[in-house]
Amino acid sequence: MDNGFFIQAIIYLTSAIVCVPIAKKLGLSSILGYLFAGIFIGPFVLGFIGNEGEDIMHFAEFGVVMMLFLIGLELDPYKFWKMRKFILGMGSMQLLGSAFVIFILCQLFLDWSWQTTVVIALALSLSSTAIVLQTLKEKGLSQTSMGRASFAVLLFQDIAVIPILAIIPLMISGSNVEAENLHSSLISDFDAWIQTLIVAATIIAVYFSGRLLVIPVLRMVAKTRLQELFTASALLLVVAVSYLMQLVGLSPALGAFLAGVVLANSEFRHELEGDIAPFKGLLLGLFFIGVGASINFKLIIENPIFILVFGAIFTAVKFFVLFGIGKFYKKSNDQNLLFSFGLSQAGEFGFVILSFSMQLNILPNILANQMMAIIALSMLSTPFLLLINEKWIDPFFGVKEKEDRKQDEIDEHNEVIIAGFGHFGSTIGRLLKANGVKATILDHDSDRVDLLRKMGFKVYYGDATRLELLKAAGAEDAKIFIAAIDNPEVNLSVVEILRKHFPHLNILTRARNRVDAYELIDHGVDKIYRETLYTAVHLGVDALTQLGHRKYSATRQGQRFIKYDEAAIRKLAAKRHDKMAYLATVKDEIEMQEQLLKSDMLINFSASDHAWDSEHLKKQISE
Amino acid sequence: MPQNKILILFAHPLFEKSLVNQTLVSRIPKSNHITFHDLYEEYPEFDIDVKREQVLLEKHDIIIWHHPLYWYSCPPLLKQWIDMVLEYDWAYGKKGKALRNKFIFQAITTGGAKENYCETGRDRFTIPDLLEPFNQTAKVCNMSYLPPFVVHGTHKMDKNEALDYAKTYAELLLFLTKNEINPEEIKNNFYLNEWFLKIKSNG
Repeated sequence: MDNGFFIQAIIYLTSAIVCVPIAKKLGLSSILGYLFAGIFIGPFVLGFIGNEGEDIMHFAEFGVVMMLFLIGLELDPYKFWKMRKFILGMGSMQLLGSAFVIFILCQLFLDWSWQTTVVIALALSLSSTAIVLQTLKEKGLSQTSMGRASFAVLLFQDIAVIPILAIIPLMISGSNVEAENLHSSLISDFDAWIQTLIVAATIIAVYFSGRLLVIPVLRMVAKTRLQELFTASALLLVVAVSYLMQLVGLSPALGAFLAGVVLANSEFRHELEGDIAPFKGLLLGLFFIGVGASINFKLIIENPIFILVFGAIFTAVKFFVLFGIGKFYKKSNDQNLLFSFGLSQAGEFGFVILSFSMQLNILPNILANQMMAIIALSMLSTPFLLLINEKWIDPFFGVKEKEDRKQDEIDEHNEVIIAGFGHFGSTIGRLLKANGVKATILDHDSDRVDLLRKMGFKVYYGDATRLELLKAAGAEDAKIFIAAIDNPEVNLSVVEILRKHFPHLNILTRARNRVDAYELIDHGVDKIYRETLYTAVHLGVDALTQLGHRKYSATRQGQRFIKYDEAAIRKLAAKRHDKMAYLATVKDEIEMQEQLLKSDMLINFSASDHAWDSEHLKKQISE
Repeated sequence: MPQNKILILFAHPLFEKSLVNQTLVSRIPKSNHITFHDLYEEYPEFDIDVKREQVLLEKHDIIIWHHPLYWYSCPPLLKQWIDMVLEYDWAYGKKGKALRNKFIFQAITTGGAKENYCETGRDRFTIPDLLEPFNQTAKVCNMSYLPPFVVHGTHKMDKNEALDYAKTYAELLLFLTKNEINPEEIKNNFYLNEWFLKIKSNG
């Protein structure tokens, strides 16, 4: 490895490590941090890197592929099938609507050829999967109605890229020779119907090889218990699927997504997730740095008005088209605002389409570069637009974060705050309400918030990790805080903030499983309620009674087991730090199970309990 | 003559280990007039369904608290049952007439021998003395409290002996369903088993 590599790596990593925490500190998304890192080290500010920004992007686009693989993993085939209506409906409306309006506007006001306009309209209609999905994840919005809608649109765009790239060469007759070289896949020489057949066959092949080949191989690899080998297999899997898809002319991201869906039900889902996630994170970061570095400020400075006005107009067009679709699908205002702002940028596929068309001479070079600058700028704009929406626009149109001041003053502050009102939190809330205890609720799903307010709950809408929201909800005067958020990471960070800023609060925390509980114990949380403990023990008790055990004895065994397990988890939580750098990986989890089972064997529950047992009395008598 | 309906409220926290009680329970006659109600199996979490228990009581004429004698009293769930089910204005109090004139007695198993349960014995009190709180409870509910059916010496008991008790218990239950009960005559006896053996040998 030459020194150049090290220096480059140092530049990228340092810029990210400096910029991202600053962005986070300012309450901005990490994407902005990466983008600015790219701008700073790019050719127009510090000049550490030259024009290789775009090359980096091509390389780092693989992060997007991995992201779709991960999304696929979260989505089993059944759920995917249920979404098909949204994907086709919303997706086609968005793409065709935006492209059509942009096309008309450009034809009316600019003197471009129709081919140029079509290409630009299509390129700009596609949104940035990387930016949108990363933002959704950071804001914890993936499971909300706008999150699902965004995902459906993005997925449609992913699929749409394929026919778009196929159509573009057809717009210039006579120069097909060149086109084939550029956009070549192994099968592009065949007739269209054979191509279609091959593509379908490939997708079916991916499905079956996932079931019949990949899972057995993974099982074999897992048996070697070599963590790095499993990581290598996971990477190989993603790369191979992407390559295969490229061979038949499909988008690698789409292929990875399909592979993910196929593996979603397998036992390796979490391991694959854990292995791929860090690569995805790093590559996406690199991708955003690449976008930042490739913004051609020289072009912008030469013609700032055109670029800014054009950028603003196309963003507005996309926004309103999306907003219309949202209205059509009856989204509530603030879900719709998020949805429309979130997808209003152009994305990485835009780069692909533009450079492809440039090579086909459909686009003049300067115009293409200007467009690329516009796309990069629009990607930069999204986090800001969302910020503006959150601070100024949404409070007027959407579900209000705070209720009217008057109401706030009348309302006494509740003693209990519940963060997260999904299945878990709502059960708690109902129990409390049934006992006449009023709770203040924090939730980030605005549809749910609306509903709850109608039902007379006091609900604050927003991100529970924000200090202002916690204050507004009355964390300073409350006695009990129930952290019942679905996402364990978010839950943990809420707990951290509470312990720092509201040390008086009595915190009761939901934990998904043993691993989450370990984290919480490390943070000094006392009252931890594992979803997986009580229900599982309850079921186990019923299983014992079905086998003929007396119900009362089985119940007592269950109670004892819970006590024992809660003591054991604290012991093991301390113990696991004996190992250096503990990671919650498969291997460790197996080890954890092993330890648990071993210590289970050491105690005989009934031996320690003589209640109502006359055995010892009988013994005494017979002696 | 209409038959008496019997409700056996059985409370044993460790039934699976009690040979004597298993034998007793296994011989309870299958009859439309005898309801066996296993409290620890019904309410392992002590969440007694008061309404349901009251309906059950109303449908029967003779109630039996069938339980081992632990620390000179009943197992905790039966105490909980008494506390929860015998409600004011239902079982007792001005309007509490639901249990009026029903018969009630206890079927008790104990490890100790009968000789120990007397003023000079190890246990210092007779079984009826020790059961006074139950007697008084029944009285407050306007029920007619009969002497207990007692199985002594369970610690040393073998299968055959237990079977003898079980047969007597079963016969007693059937007898009670079929015959009119004369409480004054029965109350002169120390244990219900003694009375029953007496009338059996008489004819």
